[in-house]
Amino acid sequence: MSEHQATSGVLDPLAHQFDDLEQQHEASYFGMWIFLATEIMFFGGMFAGYTIYRHEYFSAFEAGSRLLDWRFGAANTAVLICSSLTMALAVRAAQMGQRKALITFLLLTIVLGMAFLGIKFTFEWTRDWHEHIVPGINFAPQGETLKQLQDAKVALPHVELFMFFYFAMTGFHALHMIVGIGLLTVLTIMANQGRFSPQRFNPVEGSGLYWHFVDIVWIFLFPLLYLIGGTH
Amino acid sequence: MSGHIVPQKTYFTIFAILIGLTVLTTWVASVHIEPPWNTWVALAIAVCKATLVILFFMHVKYTSNLTRIAVVAGFFWLAILLTLTLSDILTRTWIPPSTAWQTTTVVSPR
Repeated sequence: MSEHQATSGVLDPLAHQFDDLEQQHEASYFGMWIFLATEIMFFGGMFAGYTIYRHEYFSAFEAGSRLLDWRFGAANTAVLICSSLTMALAVRAAQMGQRKALITFLLLTIVLGMAFLGIKFTFEWTRDWHEHIVPGINFAPQGETLKQLQDAKVALPHVELFMFFYFAMTGFHALHMIVGIGLLTVLTIMANQGRFSPQRFNPVEGSGLYWHFVDIVWIFLFPLLYLIGGTH
Repeated sequence: MSGHIVPQKTYFTIFAILIGLTVLTTWVASVHIEPPWNTWVALAIAVCKATLVILFFMHVKYTSNLTRIAVVAGFFWLAILLTLTLSDILTRTWIPPSTAWQTTTVVSPR
């Protein structure tokens, strides 16, 4: 069957190195998880660093956490969970060969991803800049913020270290989101060309895994950065 | 081979639980729980959320044992990283640094 298709010029859903479609699907899914294991280690290093200094400068990290606006974090968590739902539905549409639904859900996921970045860059990081809590380049808490930190009796360099972790971790997370949006854009174009079928939708599924993984990273970042100081 | 097709209802149920847990973790942060226990509660909720995403959105519930090993191995490696690091950091103060050297008579060089 596959020989006939290969010679007839129709795109063969089965690459020649695989015995059958099931093996091909399994290999693609398995390979993506191996890649995600390296991603776990990538973010894991930062989480480990965070854990060490969270332990060393316990109250400074809590005071630093209170400088962030948890409402932005909570809103972005909701946006990301919505985008994970639309991504899961996109993969489902691809599995069932529903091209229109696939394109719609991919576009919805892209829009939600951009909403996340919009909230983060335009509202949150701008606010942090005006509050003078950007480590390295603009760290000089003033007024209410400074008083809050003095009342908590914490050393400013320790709070700055927390802000370093905040910007590094959410920054790398945002970078992953941008890569994800790029992948989804390519998928949308490919879907529009009718390149996916119930026999071959592996790129959609693989990108979906990546998107959900980035969501999981945020699920941990949200409480560890925004909530450890309490919102009361 | 299109793999296992998960019913739409399952996705929406998981979505609702995830939103519910997000509300819960945000609400819990407004209640005073003595640190560091507030962090442990937040982490427990985060682990639940991550598990739901992995099992249902990422289809690990419906996959082969081979892939499951890869998934578990990824997190197991992370556990090694955290455990071995903390086994150093957390135990440094257990044994006070030796002061014996200070009491010995030091013969100055020359």
